Amino acid sequence: MARGERITVTLRELPIEDYIVSGHRMCAGCGSAIAARMALKAAGPNTIVVNATGCLEVATTIYPYTSWRIPWIHVAFENAAAVASGIEAAIRVLTRKNLMKQKPNIIAFGGDGGTFDIGIQALSGALERGHRFLYICYDNEAYMNTGIQRSGATPLGAATTTSPSGRVIPGKKEWKKDLIGIAVAHNIPYAATACISYWGDYINKVKKALSFNGPTVIHVLSPCQLGWRFDPSETIKLGRLAVQTRIFPIYEVEYGKYKLNINVTKPLPVIEYIRIQGRFRHLLEPQNSHIIEDIQKNINLQWNRLLKLCSIE
Amino acid sequence: MRIIGLTGDEAVAYAVKQCDVDVIAAYPITPQTIIVERISDFVANGEIDAEYVCVESEHSALSACIGASVMGARVFTATASQGLALMHEILYIASSLRLPIVMAVVNRALSAPINIHGDHSDMMGSRDCGWIQIYTENAQEAYDTTIQAFKIAEDPNASLPVTVNLDGFIISHSMERVEILNDEDVKRFLPPRKPLYRLDVENPITIGSLCFTDYYFEFKRQQAEAVEESYKTIMSVMNEYSKASGRSYKFIDTYGIEDAEVLIVCMGSTCGTARFTAKRLRERGEKVGIVKVSLYRPFPSKEIIEAIKNAEALVVMDRAVSFGAPSGPLCSDIKNTLYDAGLRIKILNIIYGLGGRDVSQSDVEQAFKLGFKLKSGDVKDKVLWLGVRE
Amino acid sequence: MSKTGWRSLPVAGIIPKAGSSLEYKTGTWRAFKPVVDESKCTFCLLCWIYCPDGAVKRFDSNRKISIDYDYCKGCGICASECPVKAISMVEE
Repeated sequence: MARGERITVTLRELPIEDYIVSGHRMCAGCGSAIAARMALKAAGPNTIVVNATGCLEVATTIYPYTSWRIPWIHVAFENAAAVASGIEAAIRVLTRKNLMKQKPNIIAFGGDGGTFDIGIQALSGALERGHRFLYICYDNEAYMNTGIQRSGATPLGAATTTSPSGRVIPGKKEWKKDLIGIAVAHNIPYAATACISYWGDYINKVKKALSFNGPTVIHVLSPCQLGWRFDPSETIKLGRLAVQTRIFPIYEVEYGKYKLNINVTKPLPVIEYIRIQGRFRHLLEPQNSHIIEDIQKNINLQWNRLLKLCSIE
Repeated sequence: MRIIGLTGDEAVAYAVKQCDVDVIAAYPITPQTIIVERISDFVANGEIDAEYVCVESEHSALSACIGASVMGARVFTATASQGLALMHEILYIASSLRLPIVMAVVNRALSAPINIHGDHSDMMGSRDCGWIQIYTENAQEAYDTTIQAFKIAEDPNASLPVTVNLDGFIISHSMERVEILNDEDVKRFLPPRKPLYRLDVENPITIGSLCFTDYYFEFKRQQAEAVEESYKTIMSVMNEYSKASGRSYKFIDTYGIEDAEVLIVCMGSTCGTARFTAKRLRERGEKVGIVKVSLYRPFPSKEIIEAIKNAEALVVMDRAVSFGAPSGPLCSDIKNTLYDAGLRIKILNIIYGLGGRDVSQSDVEQAFKLGFKLKSGDVKDKVLWLGVRE
Repeated sequence: MSKTGWRSLPVAGIIPKAGSSLEYKTGTWRAFKPVVDESKCTFCLLCWIYCPDGAVKRFDSNRKISIDYDYCKGCGICASECPVKAISMVEE
């Protein structure tokens, strides 16, 4: 879909076909599975997927079963963007030599682990080189596939197995990295945050991103019932709360120009988000109330900063 | 056919140009830099129609090569030393995915301490990765082997990645007289690539799945078979190229083995020095010879046994050390092969030339002398470090 | 099911059959199953888009959805998100 084309407004308009099908072994209620399914509804069958090691890759391709109905490759953990670069370069030269007629979309999927941390170098290189591909980071806020270890995307205060809440240290002590900020620093045409709970915003962003002739990045929040510890039926509710408390703002950046997509004018206090997740349970203890205050302060700070970037006063 | 003065690196780059490579993804590292710089020139001048991806690390270089290769493109990369070590995990993936990637490894020492000069420790550190590995003796061989490498790799019976090894600085930066084939001859020798499989939206497949304990073992067995059997493809390509070029290429090359009592077995540029020294010694009546191992993986056991079986003492020279092992990598393979053949020839392992330490004719003479001492029972050591200051 | 030996496995471990996971029925995972009250359903399709497993089948011609119990893992997202409470989670 080129920019300027009509965006998808109703679910009826979306294709019925799935290009990631049932039978995969993602957890019941998995946010990342929803993120992948929605992205492929937007991208369609003319798509090649490169997948970094992680939940999405492992649970959808257990030999001899594969859930993918589009060409798909997994190489290693940290190089989805590098493999995508090679695919893109090959398509360019093979097209030039009249050896290839296809012009598929290229989507690289990486979890927050394979993107924020071990994959940041390959992503940075691919963005700097300007390859035409879409990098979707499905963010479940920890290294979930290996058993819930912290990543650079884990929010402050969250308990993970490598940032547990103990007697001396109450969960992760560091703030979450700003992935879109890093992406935008590479002068790419388009970068955006998204959340699976806002299907229209996310699906339209995938379509929009694919229309640019350069590298694009979408950072989609994908709540994880097992790692964040909530009931599987609440995955979509969690995503909504993340947006409505402003802890995960939804915005896009087109050629460096920030635009707020969901303006949360009456935000819920972050405690509403924190209290229903087991990974934050220790924060509800009285000696940790200052941490919740810090989190709320930081949300306000980041929101105001975002408003300024979006030229909203 | 033309004759051009080229360094080893330049010769490799020239071969890449003639082979109509589609994608090159590489990261510079001494002493490979000239390869990538020349290729960049070719691309910028339109002398080759290819995409040169200036990746941000060697790990990404090989990753990008895999991406390009699964699209059906002909790909090339080059590296050395730390770069090869950095892409180590991807080496195994490339060969397990049976992708015909060709990589020039300009053999250089591994850190620490950091050393930019030639020895074989980099490739030896990754010798189990499942790639076909060929060592070259000079710039001519570097050129010829690069062309053969594409044909070997892309043969559907092999479909395996290939490393073309050349000694850092000694071959890579030494200007030699190189005979270049005509462009049409290379094109005739190397037809367009026909991939075994590829990423194609009209036939969507899944590459690189997860495998549990129930299938992984079988996949490795399949891969091991492919590497073992690839010797047939390699032999056929070498024969064809020998006819096309007029230069002889075989798994190993021998000199003086008909009556040699002491044989030096070695790889790389040292073979040239060793052969020259052996010639001189033979002229004054000493029964010496050399066995040059060109094809290292798959290991040409049969050919090597044929060549060494009548010697009374073997001096196997390793330009790499395998810490804690009973002997260096090449010597270990030789001893292994001898044992399997039921032969027990006296054998001395010499570790030499690490970090680019020069190997002169007098060093080789010393090695032959040690061989004779070994023959007469006067050497008790199994491994000696030649030329190291005590 | 006897498993293939190394001689007959596809080269390089590729899986040539797209969507072969359909042969793996994840429906056995669930403890609760979603039951749809068709009289309440407005065909808003939110359950369809939010199902992580694509286990909600959409029939445009008669404006109906149905649950594919072969694959439904019983996560309950559909019941939770249905704006008219047409889906209830019932113990298996």
